[in-house]
Amino acid sequence: MSKLTLGPVQFHWSAAQRLDFYARMADESPISCAYLGEVVCSKRLPWFEKDLTIIAERLQRAGKQVVFSTPALITTDREVSMIASICHAVELIEVNDIACISLLNGKEFVSGPLINAFNEGTLDVLIGMGAVRINAPIELSASAIITLASKSKIEIEVFAFGRQPLAISQRCYHARAHDLHKDNCQFVCGEDLDGMEIAQLNGRPLLTINGTQTLSYGHVTLLSDLANLQANGVTHFRLSPHALDMVEIASVYRAVLDGALDAEEGLVKLRKSTAPIPFINGYLHGRAGMEWLTNPTNE
Amino acid sequence: MTRYLELVCPAGNPAALRVAVDAGANSVYCGFRDCTNARNYPGLNFDRQELRAGITYAHARGCRVFVAVNTFPRAGKIETWHRAIDDAAACGADAVILADLGLLDYAMRQHPKLRRHLSVQAAAASALSIRFYMEKFEVSRVVLPRVLAVHEVSNLIGQTGVEAEVFAFGSLGTMVEGRCFLSSYMTGRSPSSDGVCAPAECVSYREEGGGLLSCLGDVMINCFGTDEPAAYPTPCKGRFLVRERPRYIFEEPTGLNVIPLLSDLKASGVTALKIEGRQRGRNYVATVVSAFRGILDALAEGRAPAGTPDVLRTVAEGQRETFGAYAKGWR
Repeated sequence: MSKLTLGPVQFHWSAAQRLDFYARMADESPISCAYLGEVVCSKRLPWFEKDLTIIAERLQRAGKQVVFSTPALITTDREVSMIASICHAVELIEVNDIACISLLNGKEFVSGPLINAFNEGTLDVLIGMGAVRINAPIELSASAIITLASKSKIEIEVFAFGRQPLAISQRCYHARAHDLHKDNCQFVCGEDLDGMEIAQLNGRPLLTINGTQTLSYGHVTLLSDLANLQANGVTHFRLSPHALDMVEIASVYRAVLDGALDAEEGLVKLRKSTAPIPFINGYLHGRAGMEWLTNPTNE
Repeated sequence: MTRYLELVCPAGNPAALRVAVDAGANSVYCGFRDCTNARNYPGLNFDRQELRAGITYAHARGCRVFVAVNTFPRAGKIETWHRAIDDAAACGADAVILADLGLLDYAMRQHPKLRRHLSVQAAAASALSIRFYMEKFEVSRVVLPRVLAVHEVSNLIGQTGVEAEVFAFGSLGTMVEGRCFLSSYMTGRSPSSDGVCAPAECVSYREEGGGLLSCLGDVMINCFGTDEPAAYPTPCKGRFLVRERPRYIFEEPTGLNVIPLLSDLKASGVTALKIEGRQRGRNYVATVVSAFRGILDALAEGRAPAGTPDVLRTVAEGQRETFGAYAKGWR
């Protein structure tokens, strides 16, 4: 039976919010694994770094696997030494910048959703370097994911709920939106718990800004596709944390995976937790990522 | 004359290749007519015969040819990409430009003597990353991402000893390349998988309320007033509502031009300058390559470089220029 994972918090939540969030996820949610750490901006890490051990222990006591996620982009020497010390200290690392692999000394790792593992050739290379679980890149269709899963016995994880990471930059768009410079950003990204929404000039919402990261506006919602993906070798489904009732969302996903809840009923429940933000699932069906297909035929 | 910096020029098709070679390119780069390269636009690129002829033409004039196989192969369809590498080798290419880990591995095993250049699509932006590709896949050269400042370029070269190629002129993406999905989010097609960003068949313009709207798929990317030049609707150059205010949140529609920074780049240890624009016409190639040739020759002879020739401004994206990330304060 496939497992549910909790992705790293992508947004700049306060230390107190993180402690509360993980306490509740540890005690009440049906997730099997949680990814901790900062994936977007290394300047945020000092705000909550001291709590990571406490959070990890709490999750482990509740029987959850803990994986430490590393940044999507590693550029400075400071970031390199920070990651090197994390790699040394913890059991399992999620790699989000390929360069991180050279800090692992052959240790096993999870290949994160921001690594371009698009095909079986790359999967083989990653497995040869120590990958034990590979996240499908967010752009992949169901048929591509199923092909990958069929060509390898490795664990395959799919991003199944939340705002989907679309791009990373060196430039901080949150700072830019507030007419600030990145070096003196005043951590304005912390004002938007689920990111800052940006719209087309006609007012229609389009994307979400989160510091140097750009995400979808809608929530990826794969409830209707879980059965197919699970039956075809996807072992893990990732829920990305938002300032929503994540315990309820995880419970709906678990119930649909278990066959205890019909996907359609699951969507109705999920809608209550996520409205007014729309659902999206275009990538999975080989379409524009921002689309929502209710009765997909094209896989 | 000693070479100041190697000039690497775009060859979108056989005619552009000859124009670039004749205008003074030291190297040209090109791709096959399919989704194996990151400029998979209609009417562009080379078939096998054209590549062979292009390489003969270039080599006869002392110019090298690099073949870009720099998209990420689709699951289950990997043979198409393997064949592109095999054919580039068979045609006598001087290097292949790669980004995908599986392809780097394949090329290293199957064609160990063919030089491997790391594509900007691999976005190797740190010493750690560059060393990873040098050690694991023996890449001879790295095309550095357009997200680095000049002092960072210098540090990277100092720390790794890598042979570095940097972008000098042309379009400028603001996202880390090879990992930007904005185009496929809006159109279903992306640089990573399909070799296209903002494909032309998804682009439309229409006049509305005294302005010109530019759209990509169903998404409104911009609305230009009558006094503004209309730019191509690339997602990261769009104007959007941010905190209820219309603005270019990612980047303005400008083109990169590093001419005033050439001596700094030379001092930082850069080997080669890359001109972007395989999708642009012969006039663009002739104009930009000749201008850069003249400036690099002047620098090589110790003459003070003149400023940017006016003619370059007329071909720059949005008719405006930027130093991009090379200058401090961009971030």
